[in-house]
Amino acid sequence: MTALSQETVSATRTAAGIPFILKKAFLSALVALVLFSLMIGIRTEAGPDGQLTYWTRFGELASIVGIVFGGSILIELARQWIGPIGAEKLVPPAVHRGMSILGNYLAPALLIFTLLVPVIFYNQRYILDLAILVLTYVMLGWGLNVVVGLAGLLDLGYVAFYAVGAYSYALLATNFGWSFWICLPLAGILAAMWGVMLGFPVLRLRGDYLAIVTLAFGEIIRLVIINWQSLTGGPNGVTGIPRPTLFGIPLDNSDDGLAAKLGIEYSPTHRIVFLFYLILALALLTNWVTIRLRRLPIGRAWEALREDEVACRALGINTTTTKLTAFATGALFGGFAGAFFATRQGFISPESFTFQESALVLAIVVLGGMGSQLGVALAALAMIGGFELFRGLEIYRMLVFGWAMVLIMIWRPRGLIGHRAPTVYLKKAQAISSDLVKEGHG
Amino acid sequence: MRNELCTSLYAKASPVAAVSSLLLQQMKCSRAAGAQELSQELPLSGVKLRQRQPMDYFTQQLINGLVLGSIYGLIAIGYTMVYGIVGMINFAHGDIFMIGGFIALITFLILISIGVTAVPLILLVVLLVAMAITALYGWTVERIAYRPLRHSFRLAPMLSAIGMSFVLTNYSQVAQGARVKPIPPLITGGYTLHESADGFVIQLSNIQILVVITTIVLLLIFNRLVLRTRLGRDMRACEQDQTMAALLGVNVDRTISMTFVIGAALAAVAGLMYLLYYGQVDFNMGFVAGIKAFTAAVLGGIGSLPGAVLGGLAIGLIETFWSAYFSVEYKDVAAFSILIIVLIFMPTGLLGRPEVEKV
Amino acid sequence: MSGERILNVDQLTMRFGGIVAVQDLSFSADRRKITALIGPNGAGKTTVFNCITGFYKPTGGAIRLTHDDGKEIVLERLNDFRIAKQAKVARTFQNIRLFPGMTVLENLMVAQHNMLMRASGFTFLGLVGAPNYRNAEAHAIGLATDWLKRVSLLDRADDAAGNLAYGDQRRLEIARAMCTEPALLCLDEPAAGLNARESAALSELLLSIRNDLGTSILLIEHDMSVVMEISDHIVVMDHGVKIAQGTPREVRDDPKVIAAYLGADEEEAMAVMESGS
Repeated sequence: MTALSQETVSATRTAAGIPFILKKAFLSALVALVLFSLMIGIRTEAGPDGQLTYWTRFGELASIVGIVFGGSILIELARQWIGPIGAEKLVPPAVHRGMSILGNYLAPALLIFTLLVPVIFYNQRYILDLAILVLTYVMLGWGLNVVVGLAGLLDLGYVAFYAVGAYSYALLATNFGWSFWICLPLAGILAAMWGVMLGFPVLRLRGDYLAIVTLAFGEIIRLVIINWQSLTGGPNGVTGIPRPTLFGIPLDNSDDGLAAKLGIEYSPTHRIVFLFYLILALALLTNWVTIRLRRLPIGRAWEALREDEVACRALGINTTTTKLTAFATGALFGGFAGAFFATRQGFISPESFTFQESALVLAIVVLGGMGSQLGVALAALAMIGGFELFRGLEIYRMLVFGWAMVLIMIWRPRGLIGHRAPTVYLKKAQAISSDLVKEGHG
Repeated sequence: MRNELCTSLYAKASPVAAVSSLLLQQMKCSRAAGAQELSQELPLSGVKLRQRQPMDYFTQQLINGLVLGSIYGLIAIGYTMVYGIVGMINFAHGDIFMIGGFIALITFLILISIGVTAVPLILLVVLLVAMAITALYGWTVERIAYRPLRHSFRLAPMLSAIGMSFVLTNYSQVAQGARVKPIPPLITGGYTLHESADGFVIQLSNIQILVVITTIVLLLIFNRLVLRTRLGRDMRACEQDQTMAALLGVNVDRTISMTFVIGAALAAVAGLMYLLYYGQVDFNMGFVAGIKAFTAAVLGGIGSLPGAVLGGLAIGLIETFWSAYFSVEYKDVAAFSILIIVLIFMPTGLLGRPEVEKV
Repeated sequence: MSGERILNVDQLTMRFGGIVAVQDLSFSADRRKITALIGPNGAGKTTVFNCITGFYKPTGGAIRLTHDDGKEIVLERLNDFRIAKQAKVARTFQNIRLFPGMTVLENLMVAQHNMLMRASGFTFLGLVGAPNYRNAEAHAIGLATDWLKRVSLLDRADDAAGNLAYGDQRRLEIARAMCTEPALLCLDEPAAGLNARESAALSELLLSIRNDLGTSILLIEHDMSVVMEISDHIVVMDHGVKIAQGTPREVRDDPKVIAAYLGADEEEAMAVMESGS
């Protein structure tokens, strides 16, 4: 009876919906026509003598408006059939629970697979390079996760620490000839110091103000790198950054290279595989430290800070040092990742450290589900892998990335893994729904 | 000579870095425009001018700074209104300003090519078309990217806005190409305010007058709109308490949409002014201008319309004077540092109300 | 005699702009006693609390706390977290402030942050898994478990604090404050929103904190049945000044108190008078 009446209701709604759908699609198309009339219908270009010329592209305009019309009908139909678009409704809770159980096995499986990647794809340089890139972003994501996911401090300038790490290694290695293994901790420490320097002024800031100040900080670092040409080489960057060595043994074709020492034939893939395991080790170190820290008082204080700063103060927690350690820890990992980036590329320039990088890492953290280590790793894989699909369409890449950010936020504002694991338990660790978990004030 | 300097710096930079610092270069070129004729006649460097005629140099920089500040102020109004009503930084607003500039440019091109020559008519049509279409962009962005997230987690609309900003930047790059789009000067001439014995002139160009007057007139109109009209009252009601406003019969969705529409229309005016003043637009000009305008809004006290303009003027003046007296290269660093300093010592800005922590 | 008094508030004044919230307020709280601060709405009680617990800097006056060992601490000179950390003053909030996304047990662990921080060698020893940190953590879990038993939330230990019922959240907030092992416990309307049974349980809990642990309590409360039942000493405020103080009986019969409540709210005045009969 109830089912029947529901059916009739939905049937009548759909029936009444057809003129409604058409009207809506027509309006969307009209809006699109106005929006795109000048921007797409007319193409301007500066001529060689600085004279501006233009030509019309009404065909393109018409097809885009047509696409909007059709797309609008499809979306509206989908909405009426499926109900309001929302991930929580598309994925029933049982599946969520299943996924969380799966999650227990997913992480080890993923780790084993990652360890085997160089073995499986030994001859596919492209895949190895991509895997290294993904792992770099996994590490950055895990680093930023400490600040944003755990401590709830929104940092839009994370790339600054990545840059500090990269330039620290590049400059120390090229100017003083120090080895990677000495420079790596130094790069991390320098980045952490910058993290504290950023942390101090923003201690009292809340919400979006914190976001904008960290963004400004990131831009300041980048502008200083561009303009302080005598130190950083300005826009030209730093070249000839030494490659990492296996504790002093270079991975090259020379006589005292690793290949010669082991008596095997030299292959450039050796270095790639070495880099792969290097970044994997760094990322796993980040992960291990973060997981450890969460179970220590400092990690709990970070999460408590995210939940309620006033209550933290009432419990005698020094919120200043708590925030600063969060910034410093996040920056430390960013610095490590930066040093790795520099040694892998052999060349760095300010263009690698734009706001887009910060936004990308932040998007990875948020898509991953703030605070979830596994989620961040999956999100990095999805984002960087997805990005890679558009390699051929370079100019549309940011367009797609931008849309992806918007749609992901609408689809899953709380990210892929939407629950929090407790750090200590008496009887049984129960996942906490993300609806209860606060985002912090930053 | 100055232009050469600009291009040589431009050429030295690697492409992406150059594009992102393009705004910096442009403003530098244009900033010097006032003194350009002079520098052709007299081989005096800026430093020498600064030393010989400190007052004249100062006055010229003051004028230039006020004009730049007016443009920032117009953009800042959009930030401040949106922040006031929905409590989010509309990251895409700088790009809306950029779109406004492009639409003005294209309209301008069409009018010229169909043979319209009357400058006031061109300006009026360009202004209206740019405001209308850009306002629709503002409306669409809110409808697509922000409205579904209005009651979501606080981070979500911010990331959505960042995504939208990327979309708009890249959209105009794809649609209109990556190259800088110049236009011939439309409004020329000006007044010589003062000419010193060794030939330094303080100039006030017509375009500078136009920019400042337009800003003042629009500010007055919109201030009146917010204080005196039904829409303005609805806006202020939504700012205080959206649920209560809705219970009292205010159409919250419509009011918020209108806020975005008005903000975008003002950004379009800023885009047009930028186009007229600097004679060019490019797809990448929204980001830095947007951040500076947001800085202006924060400096003035977010939520306050006069504050936004005041903040805009302050940022414009700081930037111009920093470039004139210290270093052009670090002027953005100066602007961002000021943002940080202001937020530390005056978190609510010049005209904002202090926030009392409730326990 | 300083050993008798744990808290001395002397000539406390707090102004917000031109508004005087508290004017020359002086009172004291006895050691191992329950002192109640009552008064009609807007009397300035929470402001006094916020001054004592460091959330506001008083405009004038002095707040002194004397520990068991005779050490005197001037509270208005300490800022925010140090009042809880060094002066050992814990508090709860009128609108409960738990860490809703953390479990009940985690809430109580956060409360023992400073002890655990020292034990973890400021994280570094803890990171490498030093045994004395593991002992400290076990001890902290033990203390938390004790308190969960006291507030009968033991079976909810692994649930998210945000999922608890209102009354349970109130009790958890008190347990959390007690896990900081305070010298003075400040409770801001602990019975607000509780039903009669929960209020009775609360009274019992507060009495046991005083009797068994010897912790001094300062509370703001509107629920006169709770106040009259458990308080040893009552300070009555109205419009930012003290209008009366004394034992529950003295306060109940004070015409000034009745007048203040009558002027403010008939219902509350009735409550005061009824509790006397």
